[in-house]
Amino acid sequence: MTEHAWLIVVLPLVSWLLISAFGRRLKNEGDWLGVVTIGVTLVLSLVVLWEVAGGAATRVSVPWLVMGDWQLDMGYLIDPLAAVMLVVVTAISFLVHVYSMGYMHGDARYRRYFATLSFFTFSMLGLVVADNLILLFFFFELVGLASYLLIGHWYENLGPRLASLKAFIVTRIGDLAFLVGLAVLVLATGTTGIPELRELVEHHQVPATVLTLAAILVFGGAVGKSAQFPLHVWLPDAMEGPTPVSALIHAATMVAAGVYLVARSFFLFEPSATALSVVAVIGGITALLGATIGVLQTDMKRVMAYSTVSQLGYMMMALGVGSLVAGMFHLWTHAFFKALLFLAAGSVMHAMHTMEMHSMGGLYRKMPVTAWATIIGGLALAGVWPLAGFYSKEEILNAAFYSGVSGAGFAFWAGVISALLTAFYMTRAVILVFFGRPRDRHRYEHAHESPPVMTVPLAILMVLAVTAGWVNAPISHHWFGKLLGEAEVHLAPIVTVLAVGATLLGVAAGYAIYALRLVDRRAVINALRPVYTLVRNKYYFDELYNATVLRGSLRLAEWAAWFDQRVIDWLVNAVGYVAVKLSEAAGKFDLSVVDGLVNGAAAVTVGAGRRLRTIQTGFVQTYILTFFAALVVGLVVFQLWRL
Amino acid sequence: MSMPLLSLILWLPLLGGVFILFIDREQKKAIRTVALLHSLAALGLSLGLWLGYDRTAGGFQFVERADWIPAAGISYFLAVDGISLPLIVLTALLTFVAVVASWNIEHRVKDYFALLLLLGTAMFGVFMALDLILFYVFFELVLVPMYFLIGVWGGPRREYAAIKFFLYTLLGSVIMLVGILALYFGTGARTFDVLALMEMAPGAFAFQAQRWIFLALWFGFAVKVPVFPFHTWLPDAHVEAPTAVSVILAGVLLKMGTYGFLRFTHPLLPEAAIWFAPTLAVLGVIGMIYGALTAMWQRDLKKLVAYSSISHMGFMLLGIAALTPQGVNGAIFYMVAHGLATGMLFLLVGVVYERTHTRDIPAMRGFYFTMPVWAVIMAFTGFASLGLPGLAPFIGEFFTLLGAYLTGDPFFQLMVYIGVLTIVLAAGYILWMIQRMLMGEEMEEFKGIPDADARELVTLVPPAALIVLLGVWPRLLVDITNPAVMEFIRRVLG
Repeated sequence: MTEHAWLIVVLPLVSWLLISAFGRRLKNEGDWLGVVTIGVTLVLSLVVLWEVAGGAATRVSVPWLVMGDWQLDMGYLIDPLAAVMLVVVTAISFLVHVYSMGYMHGDARYRRYFATLSFFTFSMLGLVVADNLILLFFFFELVGLASYLLIGHWYENLGPRLASLKAFIVTRIGDLAFLVGLAVLVLATGTTGIPELRELVEHHQVPATVLTLAAILVFGGAVGKSAQFPLHVWLPDAMEGPTPVSALIHAATMVAAGVYLVARSFFLFEPSATALSVVAVIGGITALLGATIGVLQTDMKRVMAYSTVSQLGYMMMALGVGSLVAGMFHLWTHAFFKALLFLAAGSVMHAMHTMEMHSMGGLYRKMPVTAWATIIGGLALAGVWPLAGFYSKEEILNAAFYSGVSGAGFAFWAGVISALLTAFYMTRAVILVFFGRPRDRHRYEHAHESPPVMTVPLAILMVLAVTAGWVNAPISHHWFGKLLGEAEVHLAPIVTVLAVGATLLGVAAGYAIYALRLVDRRAVINALRPVYTLVRNKYYFDELYNATVLRGSLRLAEWAAWFDQRVIDWLVNAVGYVAVKLSEAAGKFDLSVVDGLVNGAAAVTVGAGRRLRTIQTGFVQTYILTFFAALVVGLVVFQLWRL
Repeated sequence: MSMPLLSLILWLPLLGGVFILFIDREQKKAIRTVALLHSLAALGLSLGLWLGYDRTAGGFQFVERADWIPAAGISYFLAVDGISLPLIVLTALLTFVAVVASWNIEHRVKDYFALLLLLGTAMFGVFMALDLILFYVFFELVLVPMYFLIGVWGGPRREYAAIKFFLYTLLGSVIMLVGILALYFGTGARTFDVLALMEMAPGAFAFQAQRWIFLALWFGFAVKVPVFPFHTWLPDAHVEAPTAVSVILAGVLLKMGTYGFLRFTHPLLPEAAIWFAPTLAVLGVIGMIYGALTAMWQRDLKKLVAYSSISHMGFMLLGIAALTPQGVNGAIFYMVAHGLATGMLFLLVGVVYERTHTRDIPAMRGFYFTMPVWAVIMAFTGFASLGLPGLAPFIGEFFTLLGAYLTGDPFFQLMVYIGVLTIVLAAGYILWMIQRMLMGEEMEEFKGIPDADARELVTLVPPAALIVLLGVWPRLLVDITNPAVMEFIRRVLG
């Protein structure tokens, strides 16, 4: 199967085209077509992973362009990294597809929704198997387009419209850096093929400064897509899309693309201590940033969103401290529990028609499956043994603990503190939503558990959120790490103690404040008022960007338009005016002195603007006839001349 | 001599135009049909040209040569190479599209189509002629029908726009003529044969003289492109021009400028071209950023598209200035891609204007509901225009930037670092337009207006298909342009 892996990419493309073209005539608008297609690609991806684990690998590429003597080949590359990612993407996408059949039931643009889901999956899979960074860039942008379309699915409303715009533009700022990074690589090495580049780097054929520059620029693309500080602002707003889309974006596609990009081009980063430090520090900052903001969000989906920002920071941090395996492992486990959390949030949304946690409470009795899904997802996210998050988080913290990269110390402590905060905000969310007494009686009365088409995917994800971590645990002899080529895992007891301690402390604090009410929430807020205001307003990033970048560009645009009209065009008109005045003077001179002799000849001269005006209103027909006659005569003369 | 394919393509539209003159002016249907058939025939023949061009051999093919005014060294000399061939096919396609898009013209139908066809011949001539005087005749000939098409069938300020266009570009070409004559007399060869001049001109002039002649020629083309700051005729001309004329203007006429750089200024005066390269790159980057910023501030949809053209043409200027295979190939690719995408944008503006009688972006909302097919094509074209991978303009954008970077020159690299910001600005003005015009709830006053009809789809689908095809498989075009580009670079860099 591995050598035919292109099928995995092409099938969703076909599904997209078919649903778009014929969906109207298909049963259920063709949703089953998407589900079946993605189901097949999931099976194929599992086969590929199986084969790759047995040692299979493939690369096929064709010459895509020749410019000068520079040839650009493009194709697909299946190696363990790609195989793992294929499974993540198709598995999450499949479950989201199934879930969406229930969640989106009755939506006005059901067909568009399913078609775009297929397109989204296609773009992401293309990105995963791309063997060339330029091709990867193509799909990188297509993933952005798919997100744009899905975030803006309900485009009659202002929220989704602005959120989709923001997502596309903010991530594109990151893509600029990526694009320049590609140029740097082509200039220095003449290639962007991933295996070729890797070989050149391994044989020290690329100067260190070039490598650092290229790595940091490529990382810029990842900062945009993976919502890293300072380009994280688009992700929380992306909540405006349908919730299953959020699950897809947050777990397996859009934001995973950035992490995958760094993992894919990790050979660029590895030799450069500077590049690694940048990644580690940005990752650490992002982890803290997301976790702190998440603590104060009252919208359930926004809590999840900031939690994603924070967890993406973890992944980057892992890569930055030099551990490809830890980063990819966390991407893997996170995909399952975050998809679970989002789909559970969607289920709550489906029942309550709100995401405001302070209007919820006591939902456990009404929606036990959803409640358990959130609890298990939350435990996995918080990193409680033996759930998935425990293993990946421990691996990251250990990687940071042992790393020699400068900034690893900061990353380590950022990770520990974030672990505490994560445990806290998940405990808070679970208690506010599912326990205590209902705060909105009316909504509570109408709440109900979701249909099986939604709860079955939840159940499957619950199992995965528990077990996904075991693939890189003693029980499986660290199969995952070995597959991705990690020699040995060091685990320091002190790290485990710190991680577990932080998690327990976070859960305990959350429980004490929100369940036992040992401490009054408001008292804490009042005590920390300045900090609270800062964090509650998300550190004012949006305000800052609006006031500087957005207002600045609009001001520049206004200025440019004014300059164009009032300066450049004014000058042009002034020159024209002077010319006309001169020609008028000349015309009067003509009339009185040379009389009408010049009339005909003046028609096409520079100064004859006024006369042209009279011709075009009255004598077009004559003019054309004259013209054609002249032309025909000219041709005849020309022919005669040749004889 | 075998069949003179180039002459056939060249004179076919004119023949149609002459034919139309003999049809009674009330026979509108017959007039339209004649125009359609002639444009279609020219398109068919140009496709034959495309297929018949031997891409392994490269170089100039389909050569036709005859004395015209031998005493002055002027000849009827036509040929195509990998640079002009794509532009000829583009011209043929857009002429056909323009004829179909003009189907609803009711005012002076006869004059209109005769002029449109005359314009077709003039444009073909520009891209085929290899004699400077012959080229100049066609280059000027383009102005005449264009002037009347804007001035008679245009919008409310058509007279102002038409005169401005005419005088501005005429000024450019008069100065260009001085340059041509300087070449003619300066080399002492007494010929206007471009290929012969390419051999002689580089060695014939002192560096100082080269630069002056370069500037004279360059200015004529720069006005056409238009290069900042000579661009202000463009938004006015576009806004007032009827739809089909806007398509031709953006799709073909602007390319006559960049084509002029590739065919004449640079190969004829290579030392000056190298000397001016950084200046041209700066002008290109200014155009990119400035055009994009100005586009963002426009309320008039047509003006937005016009300013976006200025921004896109800046990319081509940068790519050509770079003188690298990627830059120049990218620029030619972008010339074709821009012709398709911007041509489509003007068609789309025309479609909606015909129904709503407004182009004011803030006055429109919810067109995804009002005209779904039109809106989806609009969004598609918008994404093509902002450089989405998989669609043709992206290839142009990417490779012009890459090509500029690959010069290895720190100054050009700086230009890339600045110019690349255009990509975000482009996303800004296109998506903002989509957000305001297409998204949102449907407006009562536009409810029930008909969606794009079959005739309009005939004009939109072929360029759309080509945009996808070229975006996914750019070799279709690059395999043809690359040998010619290598020859171009060899001539300029030696």
